[in-house]
Amino acid sequence: MIPRPFAYHAPETIPAAIALLSDYGDLAKILAGGHSLLPMMKLRFAAPEHLIDLGRIKELRGIDMAGDEIRIGAMTTERDIVASSLLAEHLPLLVETARQIADPQVRSKGTIGGDVAHGDPGNDHPAVMLALGAHLVLVGPGGERIVPASEFFLGTYATAIEPDEVMTQIRIMRPPAGSGSCYAKLKRKTGDYATAAAAVVLRMENGRCAAVSIGLTNVAPTAIRAEAAEAALLGRALDDAAIAEAGRLASEGCEPAADLRGDEEYKRAMAGQMVQRALRTALSRCTG
Amino acid sequence: MAKKTAVSFRLNQTPVDVLVEPRELLIHTLREKLATTGPHIGCETSHCGACTVDLDGISVKACTVLTVQCEDLDVLTIEGFAKGGQLHALQEGFMQEHGLQCGFCTPGMITRAYRLLQEIPDPTEEDIRYWMSGNLCRCTGYQNIVKAIQYAAAKLRGEAVATSHPLMEEVTV
Amino acid sequence: MNEISPDLSRLERLEGIGCARKRREDPRFIQGRGTYVDDIHLPGMLFGVMVRSPYAHARIKSIDTSRAKAMPGVQAVLTAEDLKPLKLHWMPTLAGDVQAVLADGKVVFQNQEVAFVVADDRYVAADAAELVEVEYEELPAVVDPFKAMQPGAPVIREDLAGKDVGAHGARRHHNHIFNWQIGDRDRTDRAFDAAPVTVKQEMLYPRVHPCPLETCGCVASYDAVRGDLTVWITSQAPHVVRTVVGLLSSIPESKIRIVSPDIGGGFGNKVGVYPGYVTAIVASIVLGRPVKWIESRNENLTTTAFARDYWMTGELAADTDGRIKALRVNVIADHGAFDACADPTKWPAGMFHVCTGSYDIPNAHVSVDGVYTNKFPGGVSYRCSFRVTEAVYLIERMIDVLAQKLGIDKAEIRLRNFIPEEKFPYHSALGLDYDSGNYAPALRKVLKAVDYDGLRAEQAAKRADPNCPTLMGIGITTFTEIVGAGPSKSCDILGIGMFDSCEIRVHPDGSAIARMGTISQGQGHQTTYAQIIATEAGIPASLINVEEGDTSTAPYGLGTYGSRSTPVAGAAVARASHKIREKARKIAAHLLEVSPDDMEFDLDQFRVKGDPSRAKSMKEIAWAAYNNVPEGMEMGLEAVDYYDPPNFTFPFGSYLAVVDIQKDTGEIKVRRFYALDDCGTRINPMIIEGQIHGGLTEGFAVAFGQELPYDEQGNVLGGTLMDYFLPTSMETPHWETDFTVTPSPHHPIGAKGVAESPHVGSIPCFSNAVVDAFAHLGVTHTGMPHNAYRTWQQLRDLNIAG
Repeated sequence: MIPRPFAYHAPETIPAAIALLSDYGDLAKILAGGHSLLPMMKLRFAAPEHLIDLGRIKELRGIDMAGDEIRIGAMTTERDIVASSLLAEHLPLLVETARQIADPQVRSKGTIGGDVAHGDPGNDHPAVMLALGAHLVLVGPGGERIVPASEFFLGTYATAIEPDEVMTQIRIMRPPAGSGSCYAKLKRKTGDYATAAAAVVLRMENGRCAAVSIGLTNVAPTAIRAEAAEAALLGRALDDAAIAEAGRLASEGCEPAADLRGDEEYKRAMAGQMVQRALRTALSRCTG
Repeated sequence: MAKKTAVSFRLNQTPVDVLVEPRELLIHTLREKLATTGPHIGCETSHCGACTVDLDGISVKACTVLTVQCEDLDVLTIEGFAKGGQLHALQEGFMQEHGLQCGFCTPGMITRAYRLLQEIPDPTEEDIRYWMSGNLCRCTGYQNIVKAIQYAAAKLRGEAVATSHPLMEEVTV
Repeated sequence: MNEISPDLSRLERLEGIGCARKRREDPRFIQGRGTYVDDIHLPGMLFGVMVRSPYAHARIKSIDTSRAKAMPGVQAVLTAEDLKPLKLHWMPTLAGDVQAVLADGKVVFQNQEVAFVVADDRYVAADAAELVEVEYEELPAVVDPFKAMQPGAPVIREDLAGKDVGAHGARRHHNHIFNWQIGDRDRTDRAFDAAPVTVKQEMLYPRVHPCPLETCGCVASYDAVRGDLTVWITSQAPHVVRTVVGLLSSIPESKIRIVSPDIGGGFGNKVGVYPGYVTAIVASIVLGRPVKWIESRNENLTTTAFARDYWMTGELAADTDGRIKALRVNVIADHGAFDACADPTKWPAGMFHVCTGSYDIPNAHVSVDGVYTNKFPGGVSYRCSFRVTEAVYLIERMIDVLAQKLGIDKAEIRLRNFIPEEKFPYHSALGLDYDSGNYAPALRKVLKAVDYDGLRAEQAAKRADPNCPTLMGIGITTFTEIVGAGPSKSCDILGIGMFDSCEIRVHPDGSAIARMGTISQGQGHQTTYAQIIATEAGIPASLINVEEGDTSTAPYGLGTYGSRSTPVAGAAVARASHKIREKARKIAAHLLEVSPDDMEFDLDQFRVKGDPSRAKSMKEIAWAAYNNVPEGMEMGLEAVDYYDPPNFTFPFGSYLAVVDIQKDTGEIKVRRFYALDDCGTRINPMIIEGQIHGGLTEGFAVAFGQELPYDEQGNVLGGTLMDYFLPTSMETPHWETDFTVTPSPHHPIGAKGVAESPHVGSIPCFSNAVVDAFAHLGVTHTGMPHNAYRTWQQLRDLNIAG
């Protein structure tokens, strides 16, 4: 459980980090919170020759609001998210999600950017990013580009980030007033990845579903949207039958991989159950 | 062998300098270079929390922190708790409430509880169970750890405290 | 409350038996000043790591260590070839088998030890281990003990070719280890034939691991000039380790010092001698420098000693009132690739024959077959006495199966079958002599405390409501353990009787040092042994320093496992205390110029009968022991006791669990758990409560999550803490504890041992609760662990999921 040797770099600016990435290319890996990468390096599944630690770049950390847009620095820790009163007020879904990630010490180091950029379908933020329609700011030698979450997750451990790019920020439009949300996660124990989890953002008008988005964790090669379930809910009252149908449709859209958490059948079923749980809770949180 | 780097930080308020490979983990530096063997290694995969230290005011697992990341930071370990022969309220609480058995998890447990009480001075049992969930204990079943932290919290708030295990409760003359 | 009797204040000062004395161990642990094995740093110390097999079964074609040896900082790379000249490439196991120290020509389980790399530090060692090149030819693996016993199954142990008789009798197949039987088969079969009611249930007790928070490890230091070998080792049995090391190395035991330092939990994982210890010792002897070996968590979970892996079939015969007439049990025991079970020599299935439980069962027969598979060796007692968890699981599950068949309440059927109080001491059908017990009052106390009738009414209402989102289950166990191994006439390890020992020296100032052959791993021996001495010899516990674990200072003992410290060493402590007290009586009589028979012991002094004003305190007597003893008496005040118990002790308990199962996900919540334990005389109620909390939590972990499954290729799955379930404070239920006191009649202070009861008793209680939730649907058993996944499958099969 000892990593292979590497050279360590701790740039203090984003351009310096990008310059290092340009210099070392495939030989380099970015270190954010380190709770995914360092264990992989200790197991020698990953062995970068250069490790570029973003921890000293102050501008990558922080949460603020510009109009209705919430901007979260990629190196903002889960701990910061859990403790943020701004998020608690305007984006409680993110707080609820972060509270269910790993454990307090891991959240001290783990970052939202690392969680998203790792491309691990078991991580919790990707599904939430999909449900919230987040935009991810990527900066490379050619400048900045903004990628919607829906175009970001390409496969397991594969994302739209180019090798010489750094994710700097996550931008999320505050859900409209009256929206309700929930992240429902089934896990075996504290610190585990989800057996299945669902993120729901919901808005009701006159007792009918006016808008809904559903993201699913760890039931496909990437985080996915449950689009069929969303379509089925639009315009309907969220009675038991509608919620059950949404769960069933979400289940059908999953492609889970069997592991010790369960076989495909169980994970599919649990995706449906988490969708149902999240919908019920989100509904109870809708106002107006 | 990779080139070594000099790293300076403060360990329990004392400045220290170490020469480490970039890959060296903070837990190894503490235990093998700085004679700070209170934090322990239980899993090396950041699950058990036995290696918990306080790094610049946050609880972290020192098995998943590189020493080179600690330049100019403050590191607090269990060795920094008792002052002038006086136990910290948490140390007293763990002893009075029988919050430890084999003792292996205890340094990490107390160090984590310290940060918890900085953030939540009057935690409920539910709070404690949630915020201590990064520290595994195989011996106690946590029930007495919860009591130990509540004992310490009360003491730190200046309230009167007493063990829930009175010495002579089951003794008859 | 202001009027404290003088006796109470003197008792308080003594801190003797019954006091909730705060622990003597704690000040060092709460300040980070414990000394665990990995805390030991010696000058010039090297670090060793194992190179392990990726395959479960493979022939080793070649091992090339040249690149590893060429790496700067590498001091040695050992393989079986290097150990052969020393005859150390194989070692004996505690079960009469042999185990490869480093693989000799072939590997027989995944992660088996193949080479040992020794380097200047753990970083270099890890790098060099990667450079050891091993060429394997993969062989078919077998991980299922039933398949292993089929005619054409792969031969796992080629080294045993032609050996038709093993340490425990005839072997009937190349993967067979032993068949062991106990009880009267014919009588039992006849009882079954005659019984109006019989039930049969198969159950697997899955492979689990004790997983203490500290992994196994050692520091071996050989002094070539003095010829002395010192090994600091995480051992629950340091004296036995010394004997084993002596046998293996031919170094006289007088030249070997084994030190068990502070141990970060054992739970049975730290009883055996593992290849890493042998290679570290060899490397230290070869290199003349200290060598440390510490296993990683993955190595711990996949190589050093599993527990359980028992495939059990139980049968009960009864009359229509549910009175049990006979018990029949057949077991296939998966021992892995080497038989390294930690059991007394004569008992290859340990004390499994306590499986008649708390019940008056007139006829019983048990047959156990040990089988080799391509899995890692072990068969240790995970927080229990030898195979007692398996035995208790079997009978406590079976009696529920019988209750369901007959429609009798699960508490009532137990009350109908308990061994009645007046039958103690009780001779069981399988030959054990239960020392004492009083089961019915214990169960009734629990039923009252939880309002059992109310719970059953709530359950009935929930079952009647089709919209109820949960299933409610109530589990009961009324278990009897057998601990304190054991009488040397029936129990030995490597030929050494399972006695234990205590040596007490009282110093001139009245303080004392006491040493035992046991070793605490969190049980608080430094605290509780002193309490026994305080009460039995009148010396305040605060003045007694208890030391264990150093074979050069402590008297020989068999160690701490199987809840034997209190029943065996605790008895030695009491008896050594009595020897001190009797000498003190004579000295006091001499000082007061009366006959010893006229003296009576009074807490912390001897006084003259009928004249309590004339007394000598133990402090005064201690001083006199060094300057003014009766003529003909040796000076000094010390005593040694080696205690060979006349019998085991039989702690018991009544547990009740209430669980709620989510129909949509299979998640289970333990709503309530009430544990009543009877461990005889209670030495320290605070420590007893702590032990019970811990044992229940480990039982919870086993019942609801722990397992080490294998795939068909023999890859062990779940060998990290990501998968292996150690509950956190979030998952762990709240525990309620209670007690009754039924002392052991043969133990000097009536104590029976307690730390393992909660593990042994809780696991079937959880399973019984889970099954009970489904009982109205015809379910008689569901396999452990009761995780959400498995439970949901049960719900699905019954068409009630979600």
